[in-house]
Amino acid sequence: MRSIHRNHEFWLTLIIALMVVGTTLRSPGFISGQKMIEIFNDSSMLIILALGQMSVILTRSIDLSMASNLALSGMIVALINAAYPQIPVPVLMLIATSCGLLMGIFNGSLVWWLGIPSIVVTLGTLTIYRGIIFVLAGGKWVNADAFTESFIQYTRVEFLGIPALSWYAIIIVLAFFIFMTRTSAGRSIYAIGINPSAALYTGINIGKTQFMTFCISGALSGFCGYLWVSRYVIGSVEVAKGYELIVVAACVIGGISIAGGVGTVVGTVLGALFLGFISNALPVIGVSPFWQMAISGGAIILAVIINASSQKQGKRIILKDREAQS
Amino acid sequence: MSDLKPQTRHIADRLESPLKLAVFSWPSLLLVVAIALFILNSFMSPYFLSAWSLSDATFNFTEKAIIAFAMALLIISGEIDLSVAAIIALSSTIMGLCLQLGFGTSELVFVGLFVGVLCGAFNGTLVVGLGLPSIVVTIGTMSFFRGISFIILGDQAFNGYPAEFAFFGQGYVWWVISFEFVLFLFVALVYFVLLHKTNFGRQIFVIGNNATAAQFSGVRVKRIKFILFCLVGLMSGIAAILLTSRLGSTRPSIAQGWELEVITMVVLGGISILGGSGTIQGVFIAAFIMGLISFGLGLLNVPGIVMSIFIGALLIIVIALPIIAGKIKSRLKA
Repeated sequence: MRSIHRNHEFWLTLIIALMVVGTTLRSPGFISGQKMIEIFNDSSMLIILALGQMSVILTRSIDLSMASNLALSGMIVALINAAYPQIPVPVLMLIATSCGLLMGIFNGSLVWWLGIPSIVVTLGTLTIYRGIIFVLAGGKWVNADAFTESFIQYTRVEFLGIPALSWYAIIIVLAFFIFMTRTSAGRSIYAIGINPSAALYTGINIGKTQFMTFCISGALSGFCGYLWVSRYVIGSVEVAKGYELIVVAACVIGGISIAGGVGTVVGTVLGALFLGFISNALPVIGVSPFWQMAISGGAIILAVIINASSQKQGKRIILKDREAQS
Repeated sequence: MSDLKPQTRHIADRLESPLKLAVFSWPSLLLVVAIALFILNSFMSPYFLSAWSLSDATFNFTEKAIIAFAMALLIISGEIDLSVAAIIALSSTIMGLCLQLGFGTSELVFVGLFVGVLCGAFNGTLVVGLGLPSIVVTIGTMSFFRGISFIILGDQAFNGYPAEFAFFGQGYVWWVISFEFVLFLFVALVYFVLLHKTNFGRQIFVIGNNATAAQFSGVRVKRIKFILFCLVGLMSGIAAILLTSRLGSTRPSIAQGWELEVITMVVLGGISILGGSGTIQGVFIAAFIMGLISFGLGLLNVPGIVMSIFIGALLIIVIALPIIAGKIKSRLKA
């Protein structure tokens, strides 16, 4: 029973469930299978990105370049699709993922080889990658009529009543779950976050593992680049601007500790669903969409407070805080 | 596993001479870059070398730099504030709201500063009082503060600021010297003295190097960190007044993305993102470098988004070069 009290995923699930019930009370008919699928579909990209960010944050780093990476990879496949419509979409998906992977390799090698703090590296590449989009496209947008039908359909085709976009997310979540809990590479990511020195002595190469997580987050961002362009049918410099912080927010709400080593795949998925739910539910209950930003901000602050109070146990206090008394 | 070899520490027989240290320091390197950029700019565009263009160029960085000085102190102490741009938005929005209520210029300035400090204190309370990591807290407050602006304004804008209010962002003190530029120099001086010449400044360095040791030696770690958050808030409030006055209107999307530019300026200025080291002189020159780049490229009709490639690349290269040089040096020695 005690373990349930401390379980972040349990509380988050409860809060989301309460929100669903609350919304349904305000507007009956909200709780339908179709609506739930829609919300999941809307959150799919956030889930995929948040999982990539999770692997990076677990190793005490951060990848702020994800949204720019996504936009650049998306723009590249959008331009290719507009110029060479005969290239099949799966090849384009592969191209987008590889572009993202290359950008991840660039981030990761600066962190691994030169030892520059990841926040500095990705702050730099955040602006570089987005600037390159402008140069590549010459400042133009790729509009809806430039895309081929199959390019658009590859995220929309339904299988068992669920759109393809959601299936991609489901597959990636399952793969990530196995990777993080059942493989030595996944476990070493946790080990580094919890105690880097101990991880080093057990033979884990810290830099290499961090490099790997940047490759993962890069490749996933690239893949989402295709998904984003296909779903919203637009390629532009402005795509997903500022989204990197929403991805971090999903992780934090999902219980990932920014200090590394703490957090689960399930928690991250729930964190992303939480944000996806808010953006879907607000219009339904008649709250202006302008409230959304402040609400997610408040949710992040609350989540950090809750995370901190549940993770505080077990720390030894050596020095009593005099200031608190004075 | 070369990392596990016992490290031998080499202690030099003699300390490096102060002159040599000054010549090879980070600010000197930045100064060389800044001068090179200045010369390059004057060759690239015939319009660059005129008093009025140079005066216009300063508007590119003064508002951001004013925040960057306070941010430098905060980063040296080992914390960070990503919510500065959102504080500008909220502060500007509340000023606009008070304008509708018929406030005059001096009250507007007071409101702007007050909201800034209040936001800073809010961040400080969460980080210091509850012991939360500042990077996440300020990501949260960043959406929270700007979110409040969006709630108040929606897709509207506040206009019609009084004529006296326009002085802060558009006025000139003497000839081409703008009020903003004078304020920038003044703030730089204040922060230089605060960080490098006072007890308070030394304590910031101590906290950044080892907060536990600082606590043991009687430094009031929490209080100082809280003050620094309030200072960053205050500076954001000042920047909000300047920017609002310069634009003459308030939208909730005002100053979007500035937090990253301010931090880039600070890091470029040689402040270690891990805390504990850096100088105000470095940030001062870094502000000029960023201003020179964006103004010089602007004269050449390079769009703003392309400039950001240069700024991002500069950030990485300037930090990577000394590390690469060090690696080559140690390889040559071995």
